[in-house]
Amino acid sequence: MGTSFGRGGATTFPGDLVNSDVIVIEGSNMAECHPVAFRWVMQARERGATIIHVDPRFTRTSAVANLHVPIRAGSDIAFLGGIIRYIIENERYFKEYVVNYTNAPAIIGDDFKDTEDLDGVFSGWDKKKGKYETRTWMYKDVDPEPAGGTRESEAGEKGQPIQRNPIQAEHTDETLQHPRCVFQILKKHYSRYTPELVEETCGIPRYLFLKVAEALCRNSGRERTGAFVYAVGWTQHTVGVQYIRSAAIIQLLLGNMGRPGGGIMALRGHASIQGSTDIPTLYNLLPGYLPMPKAKHDKDLATYLRLNTSPSGWWGEFPKYMISMLKAWYGDAATKENDWRYDYLPTLTGDHSHMNTVVDMADGAVKGYFVMGENPAVGSMNGALQRKGLRQLDWLVVRDFQLIETAEFWRDAPEIARGDVKTKDIKTEVFFFPGAAHTEKDGSFTNTQRMLQWHHKAVEPRGDSRSELDFIFKLGQRLKELYANEYGQIRNWPIRDMTWDYPEIGPLKEPSAEAVLHEINGYTVADRKPVEGYSSLKDDGSTACGCWIYSGCYRGGKNMTARRKPYWEQNHLAPEWAWVWPHNRRILYNRASADPNGAPWSERKKLVWWDEQKQEWTGLDQPDFIVKRGPSHRPSKEARGKETISGVDPFIMQADGKGWIYVATGLQDGPLPTHYEPQESIAKNPLYGQQCNPERMEWIRKDNPYHQPYDDPRFPYLITTYRLTEHHTAGGMSRWLSWLSELQPEMFCEISPELAEERGLKNGEWATIRTMRGEIETRVLVTRRMQPLRIKGKLVHQIGLPYHWSTKGLVRGDAANDLIGFVADPNVSIQESKAFTGNIEPGRKSKGRRHATSGRLVKKLPSREQDRDLPKVGHKPESKHGYKAEQTKEGNI
Amino acid sequence: MAASKGFFTDTTLCIGCKACEVACKQWNQLPDDGFLFSGMSYDNTVHLGGSTWRHVAFVERPVPLNTQTDGAFSWLFSSDVCKHCARAGCLESCPTGAIIRTEFGSVYVQPDVCNGCGYCIVSCPFGVINRREEDGRAWKCTLCYDRLRDDLVPACAKACPTESIQFGDLDELRAHAKERVEQLHERGMPEAYLYGASADDQPGTEGLNAFFLLVDKPEVYNLPPDPVAPAKKVKDAWLAAGAAAAGMALAAVGAVFFGGHRA
Repeated sequence: MGTSFGRGGATTFPGDLVNSDVIVIEGSNMAECHPVAFRWVMQARERGATIIHVDPRFTRTSAVANLHVPIRAGSDIAFLGGIIRYIIENERYFKEYVVNYTNAPAIIGDDFKDTEDLDGVFSGWDKKKGKYETRTWMYKDVDPEPAGGTRESEAGEKGQPIQRNPIQAEHTDETLQHPRCVFQILKKHYSRYTPELVEETCGIPRYLFLKVAEALCRNSGRERTGAFVYAVGWTQHTVGVQYIRSAAIIQLLLGNMGRPGGGIMALRGHASIQGSTDIPTLYNLLPGYLPMPKAKHDKDLATYLRLNTSPSGWWGEFPKYMISMLKAWYGDAATKENDWRYDYLPTLTGDHSHMNTVVDMADGAVKGYFVMGENPAVGSMNGALQRKGLRQLDWLVVRDFQLIETAEFWRDAPEIARGDVKTKDIKTEVFFFPGAAHTEKDGSFTNTQRMLQWHHKAVEPRGDSRSELDFIFKLGQRLKELYANEYGQIRNWPIRDMTWDYPEIGPLKEPSAEAVLHEINGYTVADRKPVEGYSSLKDDGSTACGCWIYSGCYRGGKNMTARRKPYWEQNHLAPEWAWVWPHNRRILYNRASADPNGAPWSERKKLVWWDEQKQEWTGLDQPDFIVKRGPSHRPSKEARGKETISGVDPFIMQADGKGWIYVATGLQDGPLPTHYEPQESIAKNPLYGQQCNPERMEWIRKDNPYHQPYDDPRFPYLITTYRLTEHHTAGGMSRWLSWLSELQPEMFCEISPELAEERGLKNGEWATIRTMRGEIETRVLVTRRMQPLRIKGKLVHQIGLPYHWSTKGLVRGDAANDLIGFVADPNVSIQESKAFTGNIEPGRKSKGRRHATSGRLVKKLPSREQDRDLPKVGHKPESKHGYKAEQTKEGNI
Repeated sequence: MAASKGFFTDTTLCIGCKACEVACKQWNQLPDDGFLFSGMSYDNTVHLGGSTWRHVAFVERPVPLNTQTDGAFSWLFSSDVCKHCARAGCLESCPTGAIIRTEFGSVYVQPDVCNGCGYCIVSCPFGVINRREEDGRAWKCTLCYDRLRDDLVPACAKACPTESIQFGDLDELRAHAKERVEQLHERGMPEAYLYGASADDQPGTEGLNAFFLLVDKPEVYNLPPDPVAPAKKVKDAWLAAGAAAAGMALAAVGAVFFGGHRA
């Protein structure tokens, strides 16, 4: 989303789905996982919209949809690519939108080679490094700055950047005919994604595919709009980011972005997951998507700012946000002379994403670990390896409502029950802190639609339970105290100088959450008055702001996030309900809801338009545009930063202001989504010699074995994992509650009657499911909702596994994640848990074995690694984490 | 007396989330039914009873709904509840007067009066009411009597995210439900109909204060096709008994006469 449109968040909000004419839910089981937001989909259906659910399983979402399309898990890009081809071949794209608002006319450099030319690999593959050198993907003669993606992880990697120019008009072809323009490259790239290919790749019959493609096309254009809804069913793949990119391309071609009933709704799995990337818990980001400084490049503030400030587009404002953040963190200690204490910031030495940290733990390189609001012993991949990591720690802090498995791994785990690991041999010291529930603390959630909603404390927390805010605040106070006598040491100065002066309130003397919100909003340093929004931020140290994108949430000293005026007392956008970043804009890129001249595309789909009289943008939503910049504005050649945004550039965060059908820079694994098979598949890639995403992250180590790439005789079935309405993720919030536990009391697998017949499995009885990582027992649920797919005449069976259970709580069972290996998407390091292979047999035959502790579980066969990658791509050596690890050791990214 | 209140449960809007079950248990502080995997679709509480006053049925059918544009399969959800019958078998059979009709037209068990005799259990044509093992008394949905007294909507209706459970004045609900059926018919779902919306629909109960919109036969949802409050049968039973008695008397008389003659 970040690389396509400019911001890494849902472009719309669930309530706007009522305006959609077609809703495609794919990679999400919205009715089960987001039942409250799903009310809007039901209302859309009642208003006549077509609801389509594309999913391996017939779920509660499918049950109320107009059309369920069963798909082979892990084949979505082939399906979506087929739709892209359908739109192009049948000329169903919204031409005026595509020409003006997307980069379809942009011309790409002469050195670019497509996967069609290189059998599944783009130009620029560096066999030695095991990754792409992405320069050949660029626009001709231009080096634009990405708005998202690698912007966060590797800005400045190129060291001294080549001359950067804003995009110039001479490099585009508005007739879309130039053989090297994005549109023609796109057309060629997807030329083989035919309905026939979709059928043999995804198992979706041709007529069904055409139904979906036609429903989308029919419901797009001036008068109608369609929306895509996805969740982790798309992200959790080794090509997860590119799944979402495929939808972005469709929505740009159909002209559905920035318009009512359009957009891409990214559903976040639980409260404030959006918030945890905005004010991140991610290792490579500072608040507001500012990249973490890199040890190798970002030696000083000037270099860091130079490498991250885009010469065109909104990221030209970068220094204002960075310096205001430093000012908020270090207060008076941050001065112009000392570079606002940029040197206090930790710098990144490598990839420290979750799975890399866990293997570092398992190898003894990590001494301590804080776990808050997570249960990795159950909820993360390769549970045995997760717990192996925990066992090597010196200390572990767990904050939760209950004594979850992650806090109890030392006495209650499959490998302990089996006797492979003995409690007395574990040296980890575990500290458990009871957490306060949301009713017991003030604060805000940032919900799926980028909405900050305040919640007030209703009751004081019981016993020793405290909020995370209180815990972190008091931890900081104690650290300050500890370091008080060691001020002489420079390494302690960041703690000494950290502003940590929130008022303590209430009987428990907890820090005021509103004071924190005030700092997040930002203020003028002189009088501590809240700023109006990020446009007020300065790069001269006169303003401080904790997170620039949230600036405005405490405008005028009023807690905007606590506003509770319901939509029926205003319009359906409900601008006075809570607060949305950025600038309370409910639908992003809404400049695109008007035509190039500034008039709505149609009366039915009007949202924001240019008011000739007032000479400003106006409408139902806050314009996501420079309010006074008219549609006819064209920047001069000398313009820099946000001055380069023209009147027809709705995607203001992008270097060229356009929606990126083709991502010239910002992604590691290709400018266009390409169908690759999952790491473990049941099929050979039908399109390319290259089987898997060449840039996927692998951890080639003994405690993380992989199956053969496809047709592994030991593991003939495809497995996918998911959640149920009745439980919450790894169960910490549901398995201890009787009312939820009784609704789904046992771990089970879902299989088709055909598979039950094939394997002798009986409904309600037991099954053992096995991969090379581990084996688990489950109850069997035989159901028609699981439908074998026919692919090239062969029946493909899929097994469904919810992942909520483990060894603790009122209801217990084996954890599905113990089956899954570490393998990940290269852009965001997200694991592949939605498609992998395994085997199933009847009965309780599981011996509780885990590869990481018991050794080999199955007969050893040749690894056939060469079938995953072409010879020119090369093979990853056995090492700590494969290629990525080597780079970590070298200390670069 | 307040207008009669009730539920209109529109099963075509249900997404099977079970929020109603949980909200009911939380508000009424009900115990769990045990942690048993039923193997029956996603239904693990299985039926209404002393500790489950809302229950969502999950029906996997090998036929599609008319609104599905493809496929040969459908999955129906229906949140079941006490029907608060106009003619309530439980109330009529209660010997202690524990079961009463409230000012909201609902049927309410007074726990301080109930002695656990269990007559109501066999008298409910829907199998709704049941005793709780741990305390012996009979329990069922109260229509959230305590919430209604405070002008609050029952917990289940409040929690329902898709307005499948609608609460309100019965007259309005019935009128709305009728419109809804017509609307669905127009949209190509001729199978939609109301279950128990009036005495005409369901003479055996004289209509339900909690009625349903269904798209398949009642049996599919585990509802009786023709429920009858047992006491309704009393008159017929007495008539039948009377007829039988008369017949027997005739026979006896005949026997005396003819038999006597023969003797």
